[in-house]
Amino acid sequence: MVDLSVKIGNLSLKNPVLTASGTFGYGHEFADFIDLARLGGVIVKGTTLHHREGNPYPRMAETPSGMLNAVGLQNKGVDYFIEHIYPTLTGIDTNFIVNVSGSSVEDYVATAEKINQLEGIPAIELNISCPNVKQGGMAFGTSPKAAEEVVAAVRRAYDKTLIVKLSPNVTDITEIARAAEAAGADSVSLINTLLGMAIDAEKRRPLLSTVTGGLSGACVKPIALRMVWQVRQAVNIPIIGLGGIMSATDAIEFLLAGATAVEIGTANFIDPAITVKIVDGITDYLQGHNMKDVHELIGGLIV
Amino acid sequence: MKQIIDTFIRETKRLNDRNILLRLTAEVALPHLQAGQFVEVQVSAPNVFLRRPISVHFYCAEKNELWLLVQLVGKATHEMALLKEGDKLNLVLPLGKPFSIPTAAAQRLLLVGGGVGVAPLLYLGATLKEQGHHVAFLLGGRTKGDLLQLDEFQKYGEVYVTTEDASLGEGGFVTQHSLLQNETFDFIYTCGPTPMMQAVARYAQQKGIECEVSLENKMACGVGACLCCVTDTKEGHKCVCTVGPVFNIKDLKW
Repeated sequence: MVDLSVKIGNLSLKNPVLTASGTFGYGHEFADFIDLARLGGVIVKGTTLHHREGNPYPRMAETPSGMLNAVGLQNKGVDYFIEHIYPTLTGIDTNFIVNVSGSSVEDYVATAEKINQLEGIPAIELNISCPNVKQGGMAFGTSPKAAEEVVAAVRRAYDKTLIVKLSPNVTDITEIARAAEAAGADSVSLINTLLGMAIDAEKRRPLLSTVTGGLSGACVKPIALRMVWQVRQAVNIPIIGLGGIMSATDAIEFLLAGATAVEIGTANFIDPAITVKIVDGITDYLQGHNMKDVHELIGGLIV
Repeated sequence: MKQIIDTFIRETKRLNDRNILLRLTAEVALPHLQAGQFVEVQVSAPNVFLRRPISVHFYCAEKNELWLLVQLVGKATHEMALLKEGDKLNLVLPLGKPFSIPTAAAQRLLLVGGGVGVAPLLYLGATLKEQGHHVAFLLGGRTKGDLLQLDEFQKYGEVYVTTEDASLGEGGFVTQHSLLQNETFDFIYTCGPTPMMQAVARYAQQKGIECEVSLENKMACGVGACLCCVTDTKEGHKCVCTVGPVFNIKDLKW
């Protein structure tokens, strides 16, 4: 038997495999394909203080080895989540983590306070990195000062595990990671999508209603790995790595680069059962390499 | 229950220069499919990353067979045209909400399709006929060669045709066919190019006839998780993959 369990702040995960927000709904969308209880955790769709309709269609464009999206945080707001969705999550033996977004510090704090009341939600992932909303979102994640301000304010209002999701659309991601750590984050997750664009040459028009959108999928993995590696040198809090993880081998690469856990996102669209295959694949790797504990892998890159 | 299944090609049939018919089966029993639902197909080809949503053209539980009518529009569909007997094709299915089946007996039903949009109407017609309803298909294309599977449609109802160049059936668009002036219907189903469906919807609204349309949007997940494929409804953005692809026109902003 190998031990896959890891800790992120006070949050214990049975294994390091989480689902990335916005790619897995609220979990039940995938319940026909996998046993959700086999996952370390499910990070649910980005939740804001108020209802958001999101951006107009078209919101998605396929790109080489990836996709662009411009969903724009469509969700029914935190009160709807608490009343209608949260009750359906209890009773499933995994960690449900809420991704919290906002367009002002007050919004983030108000949403986090409401989630703080929910006994069954052990952590939030603070999204300061959404590239698809005009106000806020990524604006908080591209300046160390703004990041520190919003994380510190949420930290005062939220007493469970606080994960801060970082944007790769910055000159130096380690500055933002340090700011989040200084402001009291328990963990940073990275990377959110990379700002990108796609054009229909025949029509001479953009493929997304918003012109630009967030790039995800296999094509972003080398950038994500590099950033995890850089942030590992810069902070002491645990890192959750994500960006283009399509297989167990990809996940192991992130662990080696210094991530304590990983999130699986776009890969869920191609294989709805991929998350469980990645859990099994990590187990097989550890056994095949005579390791007993996933911590032997974490940060184990030989340079 | 949704499943991920490896299917195998029984036959790849070229219907014209732009459309193919795939007949698929599997070693396991295919899950029961309802008319209007779709599958997400995984295609291995350079620069194809996501699955492709394709509607159920026909399904037969007895033969454990699924038909997909595929228009060759891009890299993935052209790759599908190269599949040979015995080749594997991985599907996620069944997906989406099916067409409504009338509960009243022996209804007169009109199924209007254009181009490759005729795809979901074959299995719908078969299902409706089996339930004892009277089915009329009204199928349109630019020219004679665009009309697909006419012999199959004839098995389940009367077939009326329009072509824009009058090379087959009546000349003009489906909404100009004399059938719409001469007959009345209890329910209309339509699938095809958006302007055609909107014209059919206007006809149904004028006549006070219930009407369902099957929409096609670009999808990623197919299960309501990514929120990419939304259409604007009276109740806001709804996922075409899970709330649809079939919508009652009353719910759309048409």
